[in-house]
This record gives sequence, structure tokens and C-alpha cells, in this order.
Amino acid sequence: MSAKHKQIHLAAHFPGVNNTTVWSDPRAGSHIEFDSFVHLAQTAERAKFDFFFLAEGLRMREHAGKLHELDVAGRPDNMTVLAALAAVTDRIGLMPTITTTYHEPHELARQLASLDHLSDGRAGWNLVTSSDSFTGANFRRGSYLDYGQRYERGGEFVQAAWALWDSWPVGEPLADADSGAFLSRAPVGAFSFNGTQVEVAGEFTVPRPPQGHPAMLQAGDSDEGREFAAQYADGIFTRHGTLAAGRSFYADVKERLARYGRATEDLLILPGATFVLGDTDEEARELADHVRRQQVSGPHALVFLEQLWNRDLSAYDPDGPLPDVDPDLDSPVRSEGSAQARTLNRDAVAIAAQWRERAQTAGLSIRELVIEMTARQSFVGSPATVAVQLNEHVQADACDGFILVPYLTPGGLDRFAGEVVPLLQERGVFRADYTGTTLREHLGVPATQPGV
Amino acid sequence: MREAERGLLDFVTLEDSHGLQSTVADVADDRTDRVRGRLDAIMLAARVAPLTRGVGIVAAADTTVTEPFLLSTQVATLDFVSRGRAGWLLQVSTGERDAGYVGPRLVPEPGARYDEATEYVEVVRQLWDSWEDDAEIRDAASNRFFDRRRVHHIDHAGTHFSVKGPSITPRSPQGQPVVAALVLGAAQKALAAATADVIIVPAKDDRQLATAPERIADAVAAAGREPAEVRVLADAVVFLGPDRTATLERRHRLDALAGASHGADALVFTGTPAELADVLLDWRELGYDGFRLRPGAIPHDLDQVTRALVPELVRRGAFRPRYEADTLRGLLGFNRPAGRSAPRSSAGAAIT
Repeated sequence: MSAKHKQIHLAAHFPGVNNTTVWSDPRAGSHIEFDSFVHLAQTAERAKFDFFFLAEGLRMREHAGKLHELDVAGRPDNMTVLAALAAVTDRIGLMPTITTTYHEPHELARQLASLDHLSDGRAGWNLVTSSDSFTGANFRRGSYLDYGQRYERGGEFVQAAWALWDSWPVGEPLADADSGAFLSRAPVGAFSFNGTQVEVAGEFTVPRPPQGHPAMLQAGDSDEGREFAAQYADGIFTRHGTLAAGRSFYADVKERLARYGRATEDLLILPGATFVLGDTDEEARELADHVRRQQVSGPHALVFLEQLWNRDLSAYDPDGPLPDVDPDLDSPVRSEGSAQARTLNRDAVAIAAQWRERAQTAGLSIRELVIEMTARQSFVGSPATVAVQLNEHVQADACDGFILVPYLTPGGLDRFAGEVVPLLQERGVFRADYTGTTLREHLGVPATQPGV
Repeated sequence: MREAERGLLDFVTLEDSHGLQSTVADVADDRTDRVRGRLDAIMLAARVAPLTRGVGIVAAADTTVTEPFLLSTQVATLDFVSRGRAGWLLQVSTGERDAGYVGPRLVPEPGARYDEATEYVEVVRQLWDSWEDDAEIRDAASNRFFDRRRVHHIDHAGTHFSVKGPSITPRSPQGQPVVAALVLGAAQKALAAATADVIIVPAKDDRQLATAPERIADAVAAAGREPAEVRVLADAVVFLGPDRTATLERRHRLDALAGASHGADALVFTGTPAELADVLLDWRELGYDGFRLRPGAIPHDLDQVTRALVPELVRRGAFRPRYEADTLRGLLGFNRPAGRSAPRSSAGAAIT
């Protein structure tokens, strides 16, 4: 029976600097102490997840020219914390989000290759491109990259990383004590890549990584992002939509693969997804409502609205009606460092009109509207219900699996691991144990061959 | 690392370089008989951190090609994952080919790179202090996770960098992780004196060995710092064994294999652990706070340090019998530095 079913891929996203993490719950632990990372990574590994995922943000979020203090803030360096996790885990993949705009290709390729060696083939990277000069203010590069250039740099970044990882022949170093030969030939590691945005040359010090090329995801749903993923990535980290939206996205991305001589199974579609579990579906729904209210406090709702309105709305009552003024399109953007705000600002006046109409029709306050408009829990129900829903999405080709974002740190995955995963295993749609040792093996994406 | 920890050592340094090791300056030597290649030192340091509990971990990273913002978060994170045992061995690359690793960005002319490094350390230290210790408040009443008055932009605008800040990483267990620097020449001495907590001096001969502590103290004073803010360590390569003659023979055999003499850049000691204990106590009289011992061969000479030299020094009352601090700063006798604290008037305590 299981042979007829697609296998589900599952990953754990460490909660933290976003507006879905509930920090006010008494069970909410530290978002910076190493123990929290260990807890979630080991929980996910016991549940046989493909990988442990970290988001990235290289500048603290600001709103109206001030640091945004309502949500969790403060995070470690992704590469460093994953290298430490390699010491206390054995099988689970280690996936940092990395922007190609502010990292340097040689340094990152070297750290990823090192991580791959130090974890025996478990390193991955979730590539994002960014263009904001807001984050650039923390870097020497500093400069703004326009939309086209950021993908140009992203593509060159990947090609340069591949060239570096291929710079040592397979089998080196020999380290043969009998003959005294450390290498069988020299030179090794010489590289040179000449692009418009990336121009590197030198010697690479790290022998070929165990996976050849550590597995790569691309995050971004835009047309350019999809095309980039089809060309370079082993998976795509997308936003979760409805079943129908997921199927259409899935078909679109998979269709693009042929253009690059790739098979449909060479790239996985992995949406981020939240979940709330209860003993019964009814209890889960009540809990989900409670979680939503914790995630969206009154001040949160006003800040969210200010992202769209681009005005100071602090005088408004979050439990009252929506502002009757229109968004301010002329002033500088109030909210920085939030992907959500950038998306919203494109059609602000039209969206504001829709929201106002929705609030009037349904009789919603500002806070109630924001709760409704912002990301809902993707999967809410008893463990049995959630298992069925997850499987349905995968079998219907809306995705190949999920990157799960718990709302609590560090214990937010415990119940899922203990109660939902066994149900998926019983159905034969999720591995009962790891069958491979590398991240590529967990994902089922082919290992790269030397010279490819 | 575990062997070093067994020997109660203060810290282990992990070296690094952009290009391959070479016996020739600034170019690959294409030798196949020597170890070539290495992993990134920060990654390696983080990987061993959870496997150890007492020993400090000092990873090399370079100021010429890495970003100060990223390096500051990496070392702070190493401090979190090691629970306060992180250090950074400051390196300045002066090779002609270093720009190749970050192209098309340009790097300063080799002569300007120490000036850049001084500014670099200043930026890193400011980022480490950009969060106050008590910035995270989790105040349910005001819905605030942190208090923004306790997290600061650094607004650094210097000759070589502009960095806005604050760090994305809260203040780490040590507050300021340890900065160590090796002094081989005048430019390095000035940089180390201005920025480092631990200064390692690889003396080439007895005269240098005898005069270095005073020269370092003068440079530290010239940089406007107190000598007590700095620990000065002598660097030495050690070949150790219970039998002096056999140890000498072993060293010569290793030199012959390598085709070069060991320790062209530092003093080399060959002898018994008890003899080395005598020598180190003599050196201490010259004004050194400690020593970085580079085992001639691993694991043999490291084991001799941890299992023979250390017990000998403990017997003489010159070395700790157990770890007496749980951070690297503590082992070195430094306090945890107070961070920034914003003036907070009672009016300022209101929720804004």
C-alpha cells in the first residue's frame, strides 16, 4: 500500500523573530539559549524529520523609525548554532537561511563545506535574495541591489559555490601514512569564477563536501524566484496557501524543471505551515483562537495596520473600527525589515478599501480584522485530523511536505512529534526510521556528481 | 579539545587561513607530503563546544575579508553555544591575493589593513555591547518582548566601515568574548595593544623573550589602556618526553621528515615536563601571565602537557588544580564587563 503513496517530507522551523511566536505563554522558553535549539532539533530528530530550519534576519526590525519591540527579537548566527547542533544530533539535516546579497560566496561556501564535513553530510542552505538597503546598512557592501540584480548575484553566488565545492578531486586528501603522501597530486583547491556580481579566485581549503554540493532550497514565490529554483534548487520554501493554490503553484514550478533538463522529483515543494493540536477538533479550534489572540495583541494590530496605512495610527482603538483615512503613499516606508510590510505596500489603497469593507460587513474591530487577515493556523485539529489533512495536501500534489513552525519555543513540536508523526508512519507515508545518513538522502534528491 | 580540558588548560586556539598552508609566502607550494586544507575555524569551534565544558575555545578569523557584523554575531553565538568560553584570535591578512576571496569588493592596500583591523575590532566590540543585559523584558502588560531603550544602534561611521547596528544577537554570556592577538611585528603590536585582551608573543630568541613583556606594557599604555586589562602569553613549541635524549632524537626525526626545522617563528623547547616546568617558572619571572604551548606532535606532546607538565605545575602551586571559573574571561582573571546602560529617568520608565 505504501508504495502507491508519496512520502511526506517534514522539517522543523525554529520559532523566533516573527509574529507567529507566542512569547507571553508561561511555557515559552529562551529564543537565544543553546538549550532551546537542542530541544527542538533533538525532538525533530527523534521524529525522523528531514531537517531543522533557521530563518535569517540581518537587521533588527524597525517600525516608525524605532526598533519593533512587540515580537521576539534577538537571534544567533545560523551557521554557528548549526555547527554546534551537529555535535548533539546524528541524522537530522541542518538548514540555515542565507541571503546571497550580504554574505560573501567564498566565506559562505567554506563554512557550508565545513558544516557538511562536521555533520557527515547533513548541511543544507535555504537561499534567499534580498535587496533592501535597510539591511545593507550593517554591511560593507551596503548598496542596494535592484530586483533583477539580486537574482543575478544569487545565480552567480550558487555557481561560484559549486565551483569551490568541486575544486578538490574526489578521494583527496589521501592521507596515506605508509607512503607519506598527504595528497596524491597538487595543486588542489584552485578556483576562479568571474561573473558580474561575483568575482573570486584563490585556493579552497576544504576538501570536497560529503554531499558534493550541500542540498539547497530557494525561498521566494515570485516568478523570478520560481525560475531560479527550477534552475538551481533541490527544494522551494514557499508560503502555504489553500489546497487549490498549492496545486497550481506545484504544477507551475514542476513544469519549469524540464527546461533545465531536470526531472519533476528533483525539486521538492515545501510550504511553511503552522499547526495547533487539541484532544478534539473543537478543543483545537478554541486553542487556535486563543493563540491567535496572543499573537495579535491590540498594539500588534495597530502596528500591522500601520504597515499598510503607512501612518501613525496609535490614536486609534484596536477594539474600534478601522481608520477612515486612506494609506499614505508619499511618506517613507514606516516599517522596515518585515517581508510582510513590503508585500502589502504595493497596492495599499485598494487593500485598505477591501479591509474596511470586510470589517464593516462582518462587524469586526481592528484587532479582529487583523486576526482574520494575517496568517491563520494552517492545520488545526486533533492529531488524527491534522495527519489526514497533511497527507491530503501531499497526495493531491499541493506540496511534497511541510516546514512546520511551532508557535512555542522550545516545546512547540513535542506533541506533533509524539502524536501526529506515528499516525503518518502507520499510514506508510512517513519514514519509520532514517534510511540514509545525509540530508540529500532524506530529501531523496540526487547527489551531485563531480564535474557536473 | 577534550585532552586540553583534561589538562585544565585555559583555552585552545584554532588557526585558520583563506588559502592553503604553504612553506612559501603568499603562494601555494604544491607539496603533497604535508597537511593541506582546513575547515573554517568558527565552524570547528562551534562543533566542539557542546562536547566540552571547561576549556576556552579561541577561533581565528580574519579582518580583511570577513564582515564585522557577521563576525560579531558568529563569535557571540560561539559564546552562547559554549556557555561563555568563546574567544576570537584576531588575524589580519596581508597577502596580495586576499582581494580574490571577496571580489569584486576591493580590500585596502596591505599597509592600511592594520588600521582597518583596529576599527574592525572597535565595531565588533560595540556590536557585542549593543544590547544591554536586561533588554529582554517579556512585559505582558505592555505587550513588549524587549525594551528598545536598552538596545542601541551603534551608528558607526568610520574610515573603513559604516555599520548601523544593533547586533541581531543579544549580549552573550561573557558580554565581551575574549579577543586574542599574536604579535610578530610593530604593526601587530600596536593593533594588539589597542584592542586585545590576550597578547601572544612568539619570541625568536632569549633577548626578545626577556624584553617583550615590557615592550607590550609600554604599547598598551600608549594605547591608553591599563596593563591589568591585558594578559601577555609567551608562545613556545614543545617536544616533551620522560627522556631528554630520546625526545631530542624524536624532534630531529620529525624535522627531517618535514624538511624544515620546527618553530622558525617561536621558541622551541625540547626536554622533560619537569624541565619545562622550571623554564616556564623562570619565564613567569620575566613578566608573562602565561604561555601558549604548541605541541610539536599531536597527540604525544599534548598528552605530555596535560598528563605530566600540568600535574607538575600543580604540585608546585603554579597552576589550578581544577577549573575555578566557568567562563574563559573568568579563567583569565577578567571580570565580566558591564555593558552599556542607558540613562533611565523615572519619567523614561513610562511605556512609550
